Amino acid sequence: MTLSAPLQTHFQNDGETLPPVLACRPTNAMPLIAAILLAVVLCILSIFTGVADINIAALFNDPQALWLLAVSRLPRTLAVVLTGGSLAICGLIMQMLARNKFVEPTTAGTGQGAALGIIVITIMAPQASLTVKMLAAIAAALCSTAIFLALIRRLPTDQPFLVPLVGLVFGGFVGAIATFIAYQLDLLQYQDVWMNGEFSGVMLGRYEMLWFAAALSFAAYFIADQFTIIGLGKDMALNLGLGYRQIMLLGMTIICVVTALSVVTVGMIPFVGLVVPNIASRMMGDNLRASLPWVAGLGAMMVLASDLIARLVRYPYEVPVSVVFGIFGSAFFLWLLFSRPAHAR
Amino acid sequence: MPARRLLVMAAVLLVACAAYLSWGARGDWAFILSFRGTKLAALIVTGTAIAVSTKLFQTISGNRILTPSIMGFDALFVLLETTLLFALGGFGYTMLDPAIRFAVTLVLMTLAAILLFGTLMHGARRDLHRMILVGIIFGVLFRSLSSLLARMIDPNEYAVLQANLFASFNQIELDLLGISTVLIVVALFAAWRLRDTLDAMELGREIAINLGIDYDRHVLVVLGIIAVLVSVATALVGPVVFFGLLITSLAYQIMPGFRHRDHLIANGLLAGIVLVAGQTLMERVFHLHTPLSVIIEMLGGLAFLILILRGHTR
Repeated sequence: MTLSAPLQTHFQNDGETLPPVLACRPTNAMPLIAAILLAVVLCILSIFTGVADINIAALFNDPQALWLLAVSRLPRTLAVVLTGGSLAICGLIMQMLARNKFVEPTTAGTGQGAALGIIVITIMAPQASLTVKMLAAIAAALCSTAIFLALIRRLPTDQPFLVPLVGLVFGGFVGAIATFIAYQLDLLQYQDVWMNGEFSGVMLGRYEMLWFAAALSFAAYFIADQFTIIGLGKDMALNLGLGYRQIMLLGMTIICVVTALSVVTVGMIPFVGLVVPNIASRMMGDNLRASLPWVAGLGAMMVLASDLIARLVRYPYEVPVSVVFGIFGSAFFLWLLFSRPAHAR
Repeated sequence: MPARRLLVMAAVLLVACAAYLSWGARGDWAFILSFRGTKLAALIVTGTAIAVSTKLFQTISGNRILTPSIMGFDALFVLLETTLLFALGGFGYTMLDPAIRFAVTLVLMTLAAILLFGTLMHGARRDLHRMILVGIIFGVLFRSLSSLLARMIDPNEYAVLQANLFASFNQIELDLLGISTVLIVVALFAAWRLRDTLDAMELGREIAINLGIDYDRHVLVVLGIIAVLVSVATALVGPVVFFGLLITSLAYQIMPGFRHRDHLIANGLLAGIVLVAGQTLMERVFHLHTPLSVIIEMLGGLAFLILILRGHTR
């Protein structure tokens, strides 16, 4: 369903009653061009960074180099871009559903739920196909997210910091259950793989599920207006004729599927969904239709930059990208917490 | 009334200790008693240190939900140790006299604690949730930094540190037990001497000053005591986030009143009971592989969640 036409014109014509989150700013081409240039540079850097030396000349006369590019370097770069973009979008959608700027899937139980789901299915049906394991992860992530959203509904609305707090502790609790089970059954190593995201294992044939995640978050663009309205609150959304429950469910499904896919494929990368949407929201407000492409692009670029740092800081060895982004993301989160007055959102 | 409850708790602790020492014991009693006895002493000492430091922290920050470890205190300790190893290298680190190394870390911890948590605590009275969040995120930052440093260090050298930092209630660092016990007992004694002052400090800065207490100086002293207790406990058993919270919450439920002379003892006894009884059950009765700390973290996390959701955030 889309926003009905009369409603849209109503918003555009009547500037006085325009809700602040729907306000659009005039767009300028300069930042867009700069961003695209930067993205291209980062991608090229990512493709040509690695232990084996590849240069542009070699690509034309050395089949080995071309093969390496196709099997390892290109898939890795693509995986980083896809994960970064879709995780950032998930964060933004989650912030709209929870109506709080400080939550994101990996710090509010969704990622931990997915990890718990895989561990449980691995124990119950070790022979299950990857699709079945995937479905179990998604189902567990959905349960965990639903519990989180139900928990925060009871919280007072004038305490914005309570929501991320409950999320962090709830996520920690779900993670602790996963750790407990993993410990009992000697699966701790696997759990480690899912909890600490890194891209060093990405190769052709082992990352393709991320395309599905990216496609799903791309689909979010078509219902961006509905998410924007959800962000105004339940009463407002119902008043505007929105199918509140359906959109809520749809948003949760997107978040959970994308998070579960990325946890299974590359592991958890915390704070992407928190940092990126907050930067975008400060730059261009909360109209999702306008900001979603920027959020996706910014997310991809930031994870790409972190992955480059992770690869170069101890060259030729690698540090998990989740560690690099964890440092950057938590520092940014602290800045967010201190930079706002106590009672503003 | 409080005295009777304390006596009951002491009796329960004694029973738990007896069970821990004797359950399933076969063979030479002298060996068993000295082997299990050392572990038992370590459990009680560290448990008391964590619980009492949590209670002290809650007193000076004026609420019942903050704990040193939730505010990233033991993550900071791990970061300091990792940085020390990174700066000195594996050889330098092992050559350094453990006592000197410990003293250096302790001084750094106390300074950092006063800087960081002193400012945070002022905020906590005004905006508690933000400060808890800030503390948790500082913890994440410290852990990420340690993890990055750990990966920059040669794996062989890191093994030195790992043995030190990833101890658990199952594998307590027994080499350090002697000096640690001395430090903890001194710190506990210092806290005990302040018990009446602490009663007044819990009422808040203005009231405490009105009652004739040099509030700011005492906050520094208490922060110092907390730094010693947390550093020693973390060195012995590694980081445990929610154990302290679990124990203080239990103590508030069980003990009436607010007097520190009751609550300090109750916290120590309860910590001993939970650890010793828990360890006995885990090791001897259920034969679980999972370390006790994982279960304590699970229960403690749940308790924290309930505390927040009930609006018990005073």
